Amino acid sequence: MTPALDARALGKRFRRAWGLRDCTLTIPQGAIVGLAGPNAAGKSTLLALAAGLLAPTEGSIAVLGCDPLREPSVLADVGFVPQGAPLYRSFTVGQAIEFARRTNPRWDAMIVASVLGRLGARTKVGALSAAERTQLALALVLGKRPRLLLLDEPFGGLDPFARREFLKLLMDGVAETSATVVIASHVMAEIERVCDDIVLLAGGSVRLEGRVESLLESHRILMGPRRPIGTIRGVREIVRERHSDRQLTLLVLSDGPIVDPSWTVERVGLEELLLAYLAPPERLQPPKPPERLPLQWHG
Amino acid sequence: MTRFCLGHESSSQALAARVESRRQVLRTLRYQDSFSGREPHTRPRSRYHPPVIQFHLDPVSGVATYLQIVQQVKEALRLGTIEVGDQLPTVREVVADLAINPNTVAKAYRSLESEGLVVARQGRGTFISSTLAPPSLRHHDALRAELELWLASAVRAGLEDESIRALISATLRQTRSRRVA
Repeated sequence: MTPALDARALGKRFRRAWGLRDCTLTIPQGAIVGLAGPNAAGKSTLLALAAGLLAPTEGSIAVLGCDPLREPSVLADVGFVPQGAPLYRSFTVGQAIEFARRTNPRWDAMIVASVLGRLGARTKVGALSAAERTQLALALVLGKRPRLLLLDEPFGGLDPFARREFLKLLMDGVAETSATVVIASHVMAEIERVCDDIVLLAGGSVRLEGRVESLLESHRILMGPRRPIGTIRGVREIVRERHSDRQLTLLVLSDGPIVDPSWTVERVGLEELLLAYLAPPERLQPPKPPERLPLQWHG
Repeated sequence: MTRFCLGHESSSQALAARVESRRQVLRTLRYQDSFSGREPHTRPRSRYHPPVIQFHLDPVSGVATYLQIVQQVKEALRLGTIEVGDQLPTVREVVADLAINPNTVAKAYRSLESEGLVVARQGRGTFISSTLAPPSLRHHDALRAELELWLASAVRAGLEDESIRALISATLRQTRSRRVA
């Protein structure tokens, strides 16, 4: 099956700086992928390239097997919700739907109605709350029954309750359309909840990618008294070292059970795992002499 | 502007009517389905009955989401709250309830299927086909009543939940090792 998204050595330079560089990435059809990374990591650039809104400076990108710029007909199968869900504010909800229905070759009124729920057709888009506007954007984008759905920071401005409601609608829509979904977001809890795979972008390139489940399974936190680190059985790579005067905390990529009893072994959450891969390498420094208060004599 | 609004309103009403009529058809079909052609050992759930089991997620447990679903089904089977022939909630129902990835639910159900606990019937749902409930299940009520009495006396003796749990698991370990020995 052709991948939903296939980027090869993809790069995009804006006037001065590279927004994305040497990005090679394949997303299979049917996957739900989280695109994580700090601000200016290249998340939005990658999505805009996939949606055919930007032209690559180097490399290539194929969406459902087609180049989105040369064969724009593929864009009928691609749904893109940019950051902040920009919609025409002077339209009413009904007009926005009518506009989308007339400008898309395919239109599924059932799914639009089920996502919209109680949202009134006569309300002005400009008067909607952030949550309602996101809901409307989701209804519009699912209405075209996309095979690939690109969402750029969809949780922006939503409270935790609204985020969960949005995810419910999104996942229901995905179950209905079996679309491939790429969600760029900072909100790790939601990403961890729904995504099969995660791609971590930093400084315009891919820092880490893999199945969420196997990443969580293969990484562990080790805690123990401070000492020189030799080789630890079951550890393939040390991702991050942290230490106090007495204690050493390692985040490691393991390739087997860690049985050494002098280490306390714990599982790691997705957020901490990604932060560890983002942090600049922090190497072990020679131990500082412990600070002691000068003894004071009380006569 | 006004004309556009009016024109639109009528089309949205038409849309709502179409949606409602299609829902009505679906309801009728499902209702008829429940009478005809069902296999004897499956009990299709009516649209208006709540699912036999409701899943919940513990995001900090570190246990993979699909495994949590598998474990909850098994636990319900052990306790006898769901039994052979019951229909598990559909993937769509679980997805809409928990806001999780449909693939995850499908994976959990596939895993249960490969263990021989459920069967998936194309287009109808996933049904419990085997049980984990021990044959001693009918003794559970009496045992539970005794346990409640014991718990009450433990509370009177000033034990807190954690001490009670510790005492139970320690005793369980002890008797087990004695049985083995």
